[in-house]
Order: sequence, then C-alpha cells, then structure tokens
Amino acid sequence: MQQVFTKAMARNIFLGGAVFFLAIYVALSVDTWYRIPERDHADKLSPAVLQGKYVFDENNCIGCHTVNGEGAYFAPELGNVYKRRGSAFIKAWIESQPTGVPGRRQMPNFHLSQKQLDDLILYLQWLSNIDTNNWPPNIQG
Amino acid sequence: MKYQSQKVAKPYFIGALVLFFGQIVFGLIAGFQYLDGSFLFPGLPFDVVRMSHTNLLIVWLLMSFMGAAYFIVPEEAQTELYSPKLALVTFWVFFTAAALTILAYLFVPYAHLAAITGNAALPTMGRGYLEQPLPTKIGIVLVALSLLFNVTMTLIKGRKTSINLILVGSLWGLALLFLPAFYFPEDTVKASFAWWWVVHGWVEGDWELILGALLGFILIKMTGVDREIVEKWLYIIVAMTLVSGIIGIGHHYYYTGSPSYWIWLGSIFSILEPVPFVLLIAFSFKMLMQRRREHPNKAAMLWALATPIMAFLGAGLWGLMITLAPAQYYMHGTNFTAAHGHLAFFGAYAMISLSIISYAMPLLRDRTANSAIAQRWEITGFWIMVLSMLGIALALTGAGIVTVILQRAADHPMSFMQVQDKARVFFWVREFAGLGFFIGLLIYLRSFFIAGDYEYASEMKRALAG
Repeated sequence: MQQVFTKAMARNIFLGGAVFFLAIYVALSVDTWYRIPERDHADKLSPAVLQGKYVFDENNCIGCHTVNGEGAYFAPELGNVYKRRGSAFIKAWIESQPTGVPGRRQMPNFHLSQKQLDDLILYLQWLSNIDTNNWPPNIQG
Repeated sequence: MKYQSQKVAKPYFIGALVLFFGQIVFGLIAGFQYLDGSFLFPGLPFDVVRMSHTNLLIVWLLMSFMGAAYFIVPEEAQTELYSPKLALVTFWVFFTAAALTILAYLFVPYAHLAAITGNAALPTMGRGYLEQPLPTKIGIVLVALSLLFNVTMTLIKGRKTSINLILVGSLWGLALLFLPAFYFPEDTVKASFAWWWVVHGWVEGDWELILGALLGFILIKMTGVDREIVEKWLYIIVAMTLVSGIIGIGHHYYYTGSPSYWIWLGSIFSILEPVPFVLLIAFSFKMLMQRRREHPNKAAMLWALATPIMAFLGAGLWGLMITLAPAQYYMHGTNFTAAHGHLAFFGAYAMISLSIISYAMPLLRDRTANSAIAQRWEITGFWIMVLSMLGIALALTGAGIVTVILQRAADHPMSFMQVQDKARVFFWVREFAGLGFFIGLLIYLRSFFIAGDYEYASEMKRALAG
C-alpha cells in the first residue's frame, strides 16, 4: 500500500497548525487589548459607570436584551438605547415595570434604588459611545 | 464493552438524558413566552427560563462527554479506568450541583443569588451561558479536574491511541478554556472579547475535536475499518478545525467594539470553517462504504452518520450564512443567530452525544444491541427530533428575515417590538416544531424501556421471509 501521506504527517499538520495560528491569535489579541480603550473611551469608566455595570450584570439584563448584538433576542438592543430613548424615558420605563399588559412581553421590576438607577443609566450612556464600526445600521438597534 | 470500569459511564448517560428532558421543557416555555409574554410571569421571567434552557444544555452535553470519556478511554487504552469510584462520586457531585443551580435559578431572584454567593468579591455572573453563581463555577472546575486526573492516569498506564490522545487532549482544552469564565473585565468590550474564548473556544474549536474523537471511535467499532485510516482522517479534520477556527473567532469581533481589522480576518477564516464538517461527512460515508461488518445496532449507525450532516447544516451552512461581515451587519443579534445556535448545538453536539449513548448504552446494559423493536422506537424518535429541529431552525430563520427587512435594512425602520409582532407567525411555527421535538424525545426515551437483546436468529428469519 502506498504511504505518501502518513498519519504522522497529518498529526504534525494538526499540531503545527494549532501552534502557528494560536501564536498569531495571541499577538493580535495583545494589539486589540491596547486599542480597545481608545475605541470605547475606557477613560470614562468612572466608579459610577462601573457600579451601573454591576447592576446591569447582577440583574441578568442580557438574559432578555442584547448589548452590541450579544445576549438574548427577547427584548430590544441596549447598546444604543441611551441614544434612542434618552435618560428620562429609560428611568421612567424601568420604574414602571412590569406593564402588566396581557400577552405583552413583561419585564420584571428589579426594585432598584435611585442611586442604582442613575448609575445604570450612566453605564448605558457609556455603552452608547463605543466605536462598533457603525453598528447597528440604524437607531432601532 | 471490554472493561468492567467502563460501567461508570452509565449514570453519566442517564443523567445527561434527564437533564436533556429538562432542557426541552424550558425550551417549550421560553418559546411560548414569545407568543404570550405574560405566560408564567412574574413567577418565571423569560431570562430565568432561557438560562435554565441553555445551562441545562451545556451541563448535559458536558455530562455525556464525560460519560463518553469514561467509556472510551479505558477501551482504547486497553486497561481498567484508574479510579471508577472517583468517577462515580464525581457524577453525583456534578448532577447534584447542576440540579441545585437550576433550582436556585427558579426560586431565587438573580441579584439575590449573586449577593449570597459572593459575586461582589469576584464578579462572574450576568454573562450568557456563564450565568452560574461562583460556587457552581468552582464546582465545574473541580469536576473537570477529577475527570482529567482519572482519564489521564488511565491513558498513562495504557495504550496511547490517536483517538485517546485527541480525546484526552481536548478534555484538557475544554477545562482550560473554561477558566476565562472567572475573568470578567470591567470594560464591556474586553469582557465580550474574552467571553468568546470560552464560547467560541468550546463550540467552534475544542468541542469539534471531542466530536471527531467520539465519531472516530464509534466508526472503528461499528465498521471494523482499519484504525490507521480513521486516525489519519481524524488528524486532518481536527487540523482544519483549528486552522479555520482560531482566527475565525474574529467573526465575533466585527461590531462589538474591537478593531476593524477583525472584519477582514474573521471573514476570510470563517469561509474555511465549514471545511472540517465537509470532511467529517466524506470521512464517515467513506468508512461506511469500506465497512467490514454489519453491526446489529442500526440506530447507532444512523445517529453517527447523520451527525456530520446535521453538524454541517447547523454549524457549517447556517454559520456561514451569518458570518461574513457585510451580511452580519444586518443579521447580527437577530433570530438568525438563534437559528444557527439551535441547529449547530443539536446537529453537532447533541447528536454526537446521542450517537455515543446509542452505541454504548446497550453494551452497558449487557446487550450486543437493542432489540429490533426498541431500535424502531429509537429511529422513529431520531427522525421526529431531527425534522423538528430543522423546523425550529427554519422558523427562526424566517423571524430573522423579518427583522432584517423591517428593522435593519428598511428605509423607515420599525421598532423592535413592532417587528416582533410581525414575526409572530414564525414564533408559532417554532413552538409547534418544538412540540414535535418534545414528542420525538418522548418516543426516543421510550426506547430505553423496551427489554431484550438483539436476536440474530429471529431477525435473520424475518429478513429472509420479508
């Protein structure tokens, strides 16, 4: 039987390919790491914004919503919600949940304090200024 | 089955199927909440149902991978498992932890769960698929360490086949790739970038290696084809997985805040990502053609041959559809992604799990194969589940198209909720397909309760008479 292409050669392509592309990926990631703070204005990540982010995460907002397209597809995009709705609307909206309209998708009331609400909105504002290569295509997200 | 210690795989497989059942129940509830938003509210808000659905999926897949490892590694290594007792204890720890976590999701508000499990000290919660509280995440690491210790010790003392090396190596990869779950940068863009190390690293990298190793093992056993040929194919397939998939992670970085060069890198390498699935199809059918025996377990053969096809459709084709940057610009974060997710998770990872379960469970129950009647139930369940999942994927694709046309690419874009109303018919189709899947699952599970071994003599007689 002809053995031009052996198992050992196949294995070496596998190992070599994995190491080669992993090295490239690590190099690119390091570069990305240095560029992200510029693109998302990391200097504006104040303690209040980070508090707001914590409120966002501990209430599992991405369990229904998306942020920059990532999360669940049950409720609207939040990456640009600050620009779409503005802070007063967002605050009033969160406070008035759930709407209780029969059959309509319901958002729970998370019983946030005024401080938590303000921080959360600051975080949403920070999100809305990330350079996402012009995504989403329009304000509706 | 050649070694007594392989028996520890049995509780893993049964546990996996129990959790699979739970996953589908939550899927039906979540699907119905798209139609009636106040269904079970406020008792079970959508996010709780959804994370129960997705977390059960991950845990049952991990559980069946672990069962597969405990079944395959000793047989390939030609030696008993290093510690069957440890494997059994680990199963109960894992199963109990999984059940407690789901119960906590259902009965404790998420923010409260975060507060009582130390999330403030080391924040890890509130990320998709990684919603587990800190103690559960630590538990997953401990379970993985126990598995790795057990199978690595077995591998060291036994024969080192390529299948075993790929399988054990990819289990190490699985555990290592879980560690970024403990790393949650405060910068949301960085957090998303790192989140994909776990999610993309698993489903578009490491798990494909596990899939390959499991499929290779099943095909060697069922077709009797020479190991050298199978293992050479396997190395080529897993090489293509990593060559395409490592930089292919860039397709997650287009519109989430990372630099623009990922648009080119991600698009180019993503085009290659279906290649390993095409190779998997070619490989499995070639092995079928060259088979040297007719295995009586027809159901397992069906699962094993259908897995690469469905994986190609779900991961390869549906993935490719949304992966090129200009298309993703409109499809990102729509039900296109959900369609791809459903078909890929089912076609690749659920089906390879059900393949190894179909092959191994009869042997674990001291049968050569299940009786012809039990196999007919299993095969009926197979077809209903596969066709239903295609229905779910097509319905979600329809919903995605509605969003693209009315919300993303429209001259006068409609709001999210208006568009969701327009897509209602597709959510109905999805729910009915989901019910179909559930019925298929019941039929499939029924096959396990039919007693009796495969009887060569009577089947032969039936074949000759018919």
